[in-house]
Amino acid sequence: MNERIKKLRDQSQHAIPHISAERALLVTEFYKSDLAQQVSVPVRRALAFKHILENKKICINDGELIVGERGSAPKAVPTYPEITLHSLEDLKTLDTRPKVWFRVDDETMNIYRDVIIPFWKGKSNRDLIFKNLDKEWHDAYAAGVFTEFQEQRAPGHTVLGKKMFRKGFLDLKKEIAEAMDQLDFFNDPEAYEKREELKAMDIAADAIIRFAERHADELEKLAAAEKDENRKIELMQMAAISRKVPAHAPETFHEALQHYWFIHVGVITEVNPWDSFNPGRLDQHLLPFYEKETTAGTLTEEIAKELLSSFWIKFNNHPAPPKIGVTAKESSTYTDFALINLGGVKEDGSDAVNEMTYILLDVIEEMRLLQPSSMIQVSKKNPDRFIKRTARIIKTGFGQPSVFNTDAIIQELLNQGKSLIDARNGGASGCVETGAFGTESYILTGYFNLTKIFEITLHNGTDPMTGKKIGLETGDPREFQSFDELIEAFRKQVQYFADIKIKGNNIIDRVIASNIPVPFLSLLIDDCIVNGKDYNNGGARYNTSYIQGVGLGSLTDILTSLKFNVFDEKKYTMQELLDATAANFEGYLEMREHLINNTPKYGNDDDYADEQAVTIFEIFYNTVNGRPNTKGGHFRINMLPTTSHVYFGSVTGATPDGRLARKPLSEGISPFQGADRKGPSAVIKSAAKIDHLRTGGTLLNQKFTPSLLEDEKGLDSLVQLIRSYFRMDGHHIQFNVVTAETLRKAQKHPEDYKDLIVRVAGYSDYFNDLGEELQDEIIRRTENVEF
Amino acid sequence: MKGIIFDIKHYAIHDGPGIRQTIFMKGCPLGCWWCHNPESRSKEIISYTKEEKIDGQIVEKEETVGCQYTTDELMKIIEKDTVFFEESGGGVTFSGGEPLLQFDFLLEMLKTCKKRDINTCVDTTGFTDPEKLKAIAPYTDLFLFDLKHMDDKEHIEYTGVSNRKILDNLKMLDEMGKQVQIRYPLIPGMNDDESNLLRMLGFLNRLKHKYPVSILPYHKIGSHKYKRFGLEYKMNGTKEPDKEHVETIKKMFENAGFEVTVGG
Repeated sequence: MNERIKKLRDQSQHAIPHISAERALLVTEFYKSDLAQQVSVPVRRALAFKHILENKKICINDGELIVGERGSAPKAVPTYPEITLHSLEDLKTLDTRPKVWFRVDDETMNIYRDVIIPFWKGKSNRDLIFKNLDKEWHDAYAAGVFTEFQEQRAPGHTVLGKKMFRKGFLDLKKEIAEAMDQLDFFNDPEAYEKREELKAMDIAADAIIRFAERHADELEKLAAAEKDENRKIELMQMAAISRKVPAHAPETFHEALQHYWFIHVGVITEVNPWDSFNPGRLDQHLLPFYEKETTAGTLTEEIAKELLSSFWIKFNNHPAPPKIGVTAKESSTYTDFALINLGGVKEDGSDAVNEMTYILLDVIEEMRLLQPSSMIQVSKKNPDRFIKRTARIIKTGFGQPSVFNTDAIIQELLNQGKSLIDARNGGASGCVETGAFGTESYILTGYFNLTKIFEITLHNGTDPMTGKKIGLETGDPREFQSFDELIEAFRKQVQYFADIKIKGNNIIDRVIASNIPVPFLSLLIDDCIVNGKDYNNGGARYNTSYIQGVGLGSLTDILTSLKFNVFDEKKYTMQELLDATAANFEGYLEMREHLINNTPKYGNDDDYADEQAVTIFEIFYNTVNGRPNTKGGHFRINMLPTTSHVYFGSVTGATPDGRLARKPLSEGISPFQGADRKGPSAVIKSAAKIDHLRTGGTLLNQKFTPSLLEDEKGLDSLVQLIRSYFRMDGHHIQFNVVTAETLRKAQKHPEDYKDLIVRVAGYSDYFNDLGEELQDEIIRRTENVEF
Repeated sequence: MKGIIFDIKHYAIHDGPGIRQTIFMKGCPLGCWWCHNPESRSKEIISYTKEEKIDGQIVEKEETVGCQYTTDELMKIIEKDTVFFEESGGGVTFSGGEPLLQFDFLLEMLKTCKKRDINTCVDTTGFTDPEKLKAIAPYTDLFLFDLKHMDDKEHIEYTGVSNRKILDNLKMLDEMGKQVQIRYPLIPGMNDDESNLLRMLGFLNRLKHKYPVSILPYHKIGSHKYKRFGLEYKMNGTKEPDKEHVETIKKMFENAGFEVTVGG
């Protein structure tokens, strides 16, 4: 790392996350204007976007090579009042909460009190959504049966394909003009809507070009004043680049990175989309530029790495927009989930690992930043060297890169009806979500608390935490004669709550489609331009809605415990177990010990337990998969938690697997913390028993003590372990290489462990930034000493 | 036929090639002072009172060491890991105790494994009837063979048995042309003096084949078990060897032309 990069990296690491009212003021100013009242919704959204980009402060940091900030400075975080209006109370909470805080100064508070809140009160998308949902939905949401992703943040959840590394916005404007020409007002009843959407896209394209030009202006000004001759030349070059991209297609390596970065800032300024934005298959996109320039002698590996490092820091300057309430609980992190994909296969199916892949791995290792997240796609066609190189980074223990199975991802996408080519151009984004890059809108709609639903089943439709009846009356489990009756009751409850959730999402989708179209994002994802339709209204080639199941490991252990202890061994009666859980196991120490230590558990390659995981999976899958959404696509499932397993645990009482009330549930498809006692190979066997290929992603967290990766044999074995999991169609695996002892020390002396990074769930985070419950949960995950 | 097993370790990566499953068979004729599995010595299933900690509270319960398996039952467990064996070139390792103490069961297991194309290792003290060793040899892909001390008196002192049979058995395997990996437990103050090491090198050099050596540095992990099983732990003054010391000894073997690994 050279001095320049070190300085920029330090600046990024030490920047204080704080709320900037700039965007809120600009968007409010525009919405108040006469112009805003005179145009259609999509055009209004595009003009608002333009107004922000034409007036926001241009920030160029000392020494940086890639320019463009969403806020006025690194980690200056804007708000999006048209989507979520923060109250003064919310702002205070953001400022003062112990973890994932954002500083809010008095001026911002005043602006909110005097300008933002008076204008937006009751009008934000969040208000509209909540007003449109019925009592059943609100009851289930309040009980923690599910969460709702779109209540505070706009959909997004998508990734750039290769298109934008070959085109500029002037090219897109031509495509828009052609689509306009094709409009048929005589026969197409939607022609008007299409025209308005295309107009909006055209305005958005102009806006981003103007935004880049404003950077060029500023860079030229800085160059004129610059004393250092080298930097002066650099600034002039950067100005020239900003005059060229993103209007025109990039032609050099530097242009390609700057081109993407303007696009990235555009997407996260237009709205506050989930998972920010993502360049996707970066090694594939960048290779042609790198090869061309290194052959011509205009670029060296060293310069390419410096540019990439500068690019990496830009991601790190951009924390996720502030989240509050349930959304803060389900995704309690600054990380905004831009997940760089490396490796995999090319469009023609051949091995895609290339020189750029290894250069990017070097950058990931050297930068050691939380953002962007990184992953490798591993196909059977990729060499072991690629995995082993990655294992050397994993070994350093910052949870990155995570490891994905390309061959599984392709089959998952094919199973959902994508073409083979679109599938091969895909990958995973966010935490682990499968997507066709550049062609798909794949929205996560919310986490689904399978354990809570089972708790409600055990209480015949009543939530024991509140005493409120929010589910169906599916029978008193004490009267069930067989385990199958219990499973059938659970199936009915899952159906009931999935119906509520899906109905809710079909309403929310329409509110968003009519209220917050995203003409800028629509430019980037095929086939929105050709279809004349917004990304949020089914314009993409593929439109998928996901519901994310949570608690598979916990619920498997609960079902296994009931089957084993009540129905098969008859050691306890249902009444006894219900009494014990109602008492939070107080006075039931021996029983609890038996439930924890002598009852079969998921994660040990024990079919007795693992078959319950399959049962749960099939119930969830059959209830959700294939149901239509409002955008021409379908609902699908995936299995990932972010931090929702802590929240979902906090609303769930003690459970018959021995878990105490309000403690975290298992995460992803990982075993319950500490329940896996036979090492990583047994975990992988258990996890592979569900059918990953019918999902849109599963998340498996695997703990590893550093000593298991000390020598070459350890690294080779890790490569083989990954290959084994993927041979069994596992979707994803990530590793926490740290000892429980280290984590315990870090909890006691956080000041000595400021740099300690751990894998949470689909992303890495500073251990110090995690809530105590989550810290404890991760310590328990890593506890088993031998493995 | 049934065998008594006291532990099964999955994802064993230091007990032979690839990712392995290690089957720990109960019973051992030796009583090495540094043994970290003292519960493995007796051939019988034993029970003891275990204290389970549940969130700081203690529950006492009866636990047993050792479990009976038929060959079919054990094969089922072994074959669960087939995918890992195949991906890594691994297989099953029979360890102990001394696996040859349950000779009939071991032989049947090894034969069955070979019938099913599973790579086999036997981790042995070498203290066994040579005929038995000869009998399992055709079904054993690799012997992990312990070499503890060259001086017979010291060997008897620290392990309870003479090393003559052990050294003869190693020579026999060498004559037979079997694959062998030498395992040398490095115990400070007991078998790490220069004279023992030189004798060891001399002996290994006189064998027909040059075998890889793995140094297993002494660790105290098993010491707490002695009290639990009513055994005397004689290693109280011994410290775990430091890295430099291990490295010096590693160099010594390497300079004599041996391929050396540390820790398996």
